[in-house]
Amino acid sequence: MASHGILDQVAIVGMGCTPFREHWDKSLDDLLIDAHGLALDSADITKDDVDAYWYGTSQSSASGISLATPLRLDNRPVTRVENYCVTGSEALRQACYAVASGAYDVAVAIGGEKVKDSGYQGLNAFPIPTDGTNRTLTAAAMFSLMLPAYAERYGVDEERLRYVVAKIAEKNHFNGARNDLAQFRRETSAEAICDMAAVAGRLSVFDCAGVADGAAAAVVVSADRATDYTDAPLYVKALSLVAGNGAGLVDQAFDFTTLPECVAAATDAYAQAGITDPRTELAMAEVHDCFTPTELVLMEDLGFSGRGQGWSDVLEGRFAIDGDLPVNTDGGLKSFGHPVGASGLRMHYEAWLQLRGEAPGERSVATLDTRSRALVHNLGGYPGEMVSFVGIWGTEKG
Amino acid sequence: MNTTRGILAYGAHVPYWRLARSEIASVMGGATGHGHRAVASFDEDTTTMGVAAARRALATTSGTAPDALWFSTVAPAYLDKTNATVVHAALRLDTSTPALDFGGAQRSAVGALRAGLTGPGRTLVVASDIRIGLPTGPEDGGGGDAAAAILTGSSDDGPLLAEYLGGASTTGEFTDRWRTPGSAHSRTWEDRFGEQAYVPLVRRAWADALAATGLTTDDVTVAVATGLHDRATRKAAAGLGVAVADDRSATVGNTGAAHPALLLADVLDDAEAGAVVALVVLADGCEVLLFRATDALPVGRPDHSVAAQLEGRADVTYARYLSWRGLLEVQPPNRPEPNRPSSSAALRRTDWKHGFVGATDRTTGITHLPPSRVGIAGGELDDMDQAPMADVTGTIATFTVDHLVYSQSPPVVFAVVDFDGGGRMPIELTDVDTAMVAIGDRVEMTFRRMFTADGLHNYFWKARPVGG
Repeated sequence: MASHGILDQVAIVGMGCTPFREHWDKSLDDLLIDAHGLALDSADITKDDVDAYWYGTSQSSASGISLATPLRLDNRPVTRVENYCVTGSEALRQACYAVASGAYDVAVAIGGEKVKDSGYQGLNAFPIPTDGTNRTLTAAAMFSLMLPAYAERYGVDEERLRYVVAKIAEKNHFNGARNDLAQFRRETSAEAICDMAAVAGRLSVFDCAGVADGAAAAVVVSADRATDYTDAPLYVKALSLVAGNGAGLVDQAFDFTTLPECVAAATDAYAQAGITDPRTELAMAEVHDCFTPTELVLMEDLGFSGRGQGWSDVLEGRFAIDGDLPVNTDGGLKSFGHPVGASGLRMHYEAWLQLRGEAPGERSVATLDTRSRALVHNLGGYPGEMVSFVGIWGTEKG
Repeated sequence: MNTTRGILAYGAHVPYWRLARSEIASVMGGATGHGHRAVASFDEDTTTMGVAAARRALATTSGTAPDALWFSTVAPAYLDKTNATVVHAALRLDTSTPALDFGGAQRSAVGALRAGLTGPGRTLVVASDIRIGLPTGPEDGGGGDAAAAILTGSSDDGPLLAEYLGGASTTGEFTDRWRTPGSAHSRTWEDRFGEQAYVPLVRRAWADALAATGLTTDDVTVAVATGLHDRATRKAAAGLGVAVADDRSATVGNTGAAHPALLLADVLDDAEAGAVVALVVLADGCEVLLFRATDALPVGRPDHSVAAQLEGRADVTYARYLSWRGLLEVQPPNRPEPNRPSSSAALRRTDWKHGFVGATDRTTGITHLPPSRVGIAGGELDDMDQAPMADVTGTIATFTVDHLVYSQSPPVVFAVVDFDGGGRMPIELTDVDTAMVAIGDRVEMTFRRMFTADGLHNYFWKARPVGG
């Protein structure tokens, strides 16, 4: 299998992100218009300059028409993209390839989700007719399976491990409290989270991503022309995507302590980018902390921690804003909120701010002194059957 | 050819849950009852309980399939549509095997049994009932939920566990108990009327049955007497002149249409070879059936006796019992209710959905649940053997408790089950104490109703603790 990547061929030259909120007063169209405007302003272009769009939404609307209409685009190609919670990153990936191919000069990837109009709690999948034998478990419950499995495999006391993942939520709330766009802006303690009622396995509501409406967008152009738009473009170093085949739910060898699709996507991405030691080479990472155990396991799957070491690295604060590899500096899904189609682009937005030195001082990372690349990890699905994206971006070409 | 007909196999299903009758008074006031009634779980109906009983009966027949399946209940999951076809599909019976419902009345169940015993071929007669009474009423505490299955046939079909010796029937038209379609509970005339109407019908049937078989009361080892008219049944039993078996009213309750076959199974669980067993059923008349246990009985009994199913049960609170039966509506989680299953998708995958049949890759040997045309580890396209997993036990690899997902009875316990000999599936657990589940626990498969949407019942399999 070949995976050549498009190292340094394409660059992000503008980005925008709306606040992630329970936007009772804003429609999906409003959010898309806002994110689109912010991104284009950031690249100092108008919609006449954009050649093509990739529009990601999981289930808030369908077809390219639902973007072309609110923006009143003029005979532009718009592709609607859906790939579970990876939808936003997938839209960006497609836009990058389109530019790399030479088919278009300027492409926009935009993602949005209006989840708060359903009247139900949490995220709820659009029902597809089936034979009725499919699993009905919530995502929270599926990811909660990882906690006892990890505890068992690495001999960590379950109470201790429960505290470890609460520390991840504490960290992400700490970061989100320093982010105007985040849904939850209050710090909370691991101890308080441990005291909350369990809703799925050992997980409480505070171990779950926030449920919010929002949109985010990116403008991509050929790397050769990137500096025509901005002094500080983000060059693509790697784009990798793996759609799992569900083997983990069939294979008795799968033990719920790892997300193999994420390992595969990371391996591919590191090869594309030429990264051999992510922990010392990356300035920061945005990872898909849909539930706290997910972030724990991702530290190992992405190579930030050794196997069985993630939990102690978390306790040592290695992924905190002032740690040696800051993770989810914008608050992550946990605190920033998770409008499904927008989240992947929101993660890139934080990498955009951090690498360009535009993150507010109280949450800017110190690692930039010696490092210039950031990783974005985005997943959709469940342990055993998921889609995983890993992208790596850098401020320096070559 | 002079062949004898009788019982080739039998099996019973008494649900896991019990309602202590004292619970009713603690909530509603009034006199405190004693003992327990058996309670069908929220995910059981008469069809799924029938499947459970039938599986136990057929488990002992070493592959002898019935020629026909007759299913009788007065609490059918569907009207117009046959419920026996669901049982048929879960048992993976051949398409050429007819599956028929005997519905409408209590009497249909024992009538089906009589027809099976006197007609040709091997007929699996399944009786199932869920008894619902108005809160504090006699059937609220006195009723019970259960199913029993009896495979009738001749000595040519295999060793009979009990020979059918003959019997008699009387019929009387009097309105002692009635229920209009759509009503969950029956109504009754005053007690003494039914007693005086039933007793002569029982006497006549009993006398006719003894005459028809050439037996005397001295020849009858034990009688089983049952009917929904409690007073008449007690009076009739006392007048038979023979020993009468425990009617399980203290431990199971009166399971209505299922009770004749259930009590017959219960007696056969203990009967010695040569014992003569009388089944006396009061239902709009009286049915008497006489059997003689054979030498084959001790080795042909099902693995789970009725008595064994009275042990290790779990109590359900009265409020939860009422909510399970739809008598107390509770607030569901604020999540979308499930969609109805697609009938066309269900038909395409009926082996999987109803029969729990997976697929094993001929190259890699990996069992795929659900069945898959392409294997997870190589192998050829469409190169798999059917893997029937309904009777395979497994071990819990990991599990979780979901308080968020929609359920008729939250929370949902979900486990990743590794099946013995290969195959894995994340699947819902049932009949389980949430606090007691542990990694490594052993589970077996049980056919359940997952939910009902648009009036469509979604049947599939769950796992439950082995021997539960």
